[in-house]
Amino acid sequence: MKIIVCAKQVPDTTEVRLDPKTNTLIRDGVPSIINPDDKAGIEAALQLKEKVPGSTVTVICMGPLQADVALREALAMGCDDAILITDRAFGGSDTWATSSIIASALKKMDFDLIITGRQAIDGDTAQVGPQIAEHLGIPQVTYAEKIDLEDDKLVVWRQFEDCCHIIEVAMPCLVTSLSELAEPRFMSVGGIVDAYNSKEVKIWSYEDVKDTLDEANMGLKGSPTKVSKSFTKEAKGEGILLKDLTDDEAVAAIMTKLQEKHII
Amino acid sequence: MSRDIYVIVELRDGILSKVGLELVGKARELADNLGQDVVAILLGLGIKGKARILIEHGADKVIVVDDPMLSEYVTEPFTKAVCTILTEKQPEIVLFGATSIGRDLAPRVSARIHTGLTADCTKLEIDDDSKLLLMTRPAFGGNIMATIICQDFRPQMATVRPGVMVALENDTSRKGEIEELDIKFNESDMNVKIREVIKSTKKAVDITEAKYIVSGGRGVGEPGKFNMLKDLAGELGAEVAASRVCVDSGWIDKECQVGQTGKTVRPDLYMACGISGAIQHVAGMEGSELIIAINKNEAAPIFNLADLGIVGDINKIIPKLTEALKKSKTLS
Repeated sequence: MKIIVCAKQVPDTTEVRLDPKTNTLIRDGVPSIINPDDKAGIEAALQLKEKVPGSTVTVICMGPLQADVALREALAMGCDDAILITDRAFGGSDTWATSSIIASALKKMDFDLIITGRQAIDGDTAQVGPQIAEHLGIPQVTYAEKIDLEDDKLVVWRQFEDCCHIIEVAMPCLVTSLSELAEPRFMSVGGIVDAYNSKEVKIWSYEDVKDTLDEANMGLKGSPTKVSKSFTKEAKGEGILLKDLTDDEAVAAIMTKLQEKHII
Repeated sequence: MSRDIYVIVELRDGILSKVGLELVGKARELADNLGQDVVAILLGLGIKGKARILIEHGADKVIVVDDPMLSEYVTEPFTKAVCTILTEKQPEIVLFGATSIGRDLAPRVSARIHTGLTADCTKLEIDDDSKLLLMTRPAFGGNIMATIICQDFRPQMATVRPGVMVALENDTSRKGEIEELDIKFNESDMNVKIREVIKSTKKAVDITEAKYIVSGGRGVGEPGKFNMLKDLAGELGAEVAASRVCVDSGWIDKECQVGQTGKTVRPDLYMACGISGAIQHVAGMEGSELIIAINKNEAAPIFNLADLGIVGDINKIIPKLTEALKKSKTLS
C-alpha cells in the first residue's frame, strides 16, 4: 500500500504573543512545528504501514527550504521518503493555488491513500485537503477520528458536530485527519540518525511539476482570493464587575457577553 | 452576468440548521445593498416543507433538490448538486456554514468550479466602491484578522462561522418563490458507503485543546456539584476543568487541573465558577481569550482578571444559565 501524507510546517501559534504596546504579532522565537493534525496523519500512516507489509509512507510538504526540518522529523518518525515542493513562483498562493500545486506533484506519484491534516493552525482553513482531492478526482473523507483497513477498502470514522459516520471508501482516496486520529510517536535516536544520514529530502520545484501544473494556477497570480488587509484585534479592554444583580440579571449579563463574543 | 446571493442551507436530522437561517439573514442585508435577491438552496430528502421557513426568514427564492441520493450528507452527491445549480444560475456570492459539512463541501465546490473560497468568516460586508464582498476572518490562531477579496472569479464564496450572523425574525407575510430542481445523479456519484451513523460521539478531550472551558473551584463546595458544571459545559460545547483544591480534595481527576502545577490553558472562553484566583491558578489560565468569573466574594482576585465578573452564587446562577443556553438553541 502506498501512502502519501501532506504535511505543513507551521509556527506554533499557541506560542505567538501580541506586543501589548504596538498590538503587533511577536514572531521572534516562535518555534516551527509539524502541523498537529498532519502529524497525527503521519502517525496513522505509519500504523497502516505496520499492518500491511511492503507499504511505504511518503511525506510531502510545500513551503520554504526551512521546512526541511519538518520533513526530517517525519523521516525520523519512520516515513520512507520525503519531498519538499518549493519554488519562489509558488509564493503567495491561496488555498486554491496551493492545492493545485500539491495535486500537480501527487499526479506524478503512485498512491493508494493520501492523508492530509484537517486544517493547519496558522491558516485554519481546512480547504486544501478537499481541494486536492477534487483536483485529483478522487473521493475524500474529512474529519477522520479513526481509520481502519478491511480488505482493499478503507473504513473511516468521520466526525460531525452531533454524530459520527462510519464510512467505507475504495482507494485511491484522500482522508483528512483530526489530531485525535493518532497520538504521534516520538522520533527514535536511530530514526534521527537515518533522517540526516541515509535518507534524503528530495526538492521539487516548478520545473519538476510543470507538465502537470498550469502556470496560471499557482502563486499570487493563480490565487482567486487575495488578502486586502490584515490587522490585529483590538486590545483587550478593562473588565467589568457586576454586583447586587438578581440571578436572572446575572444570567442575562453572561448570555449577552457570550453572544457578543460569538460563542453562542 | 453573475447576480444574487445564494445560501447553502444545512439540515441535520431533517431540521434546518440555525447557521442556515443566520446566513439567510446576512444574505438579505448584502442583497439589499446590491439590489439583488437571496436564494436559498435546500438539499435533502423529504424536505420541501422546510422551504417556506426560509422565505419567512428572508429568502426571495428557495431551490429545493429532493432526492434519495441526498438523504444523508455525502460529499460527492452534494457537490454535484451544488455545482450544477451554481453553473446554471451564475450567482454573485455563495455562503456556506463553516460547519463540518460546509467545510467539506465548500472547498470541493470551489475547486470544481474554479473560484475562490474564504474560510470561517466572522464578518461580511459589501465594499462601497467596488461592490466586492469583503470577507473578514481570524487567522494565526486568532491572533490576527484578515480581510479577503475575490476579484476576478465568480461566485465569491465564503464559509461563515456559526453563531456570528443574526437570523431575521420570522415574518409569515413574506412572499417568495420555491423552485424544485431535478439533478441527474448516477449510481457512481455515491462513491462512498455510509455503514453506520452513530449519534453523539462526544468524548473527553484534553483541556489544553479545549475551545471553551467551564472551571470549578473551592466554591463549588462538593464533588456532586460538578455535575452542574458538566451540564453547563455540555450546553456550551465546553470541557470541565478545576482548580487545585478540587483535585486535591478528590472531587475531580488530576487531568482536569488548571494552574502552575496542573495544565496551562488558553481557550476562547474560560468560565471560572467559584474560583478565587490564586496566583498558581491564574498562571494556568491568564492567557484565555474571554474570562467570565462568578464568585460570592467581591474581593476575589479572579475579578481583577475577568472580562466579566459577577458577584453571586454559582449554585443559583449556573443552573439558570444552563437553561438559558438550552432555550437559545431551540429554533423559533
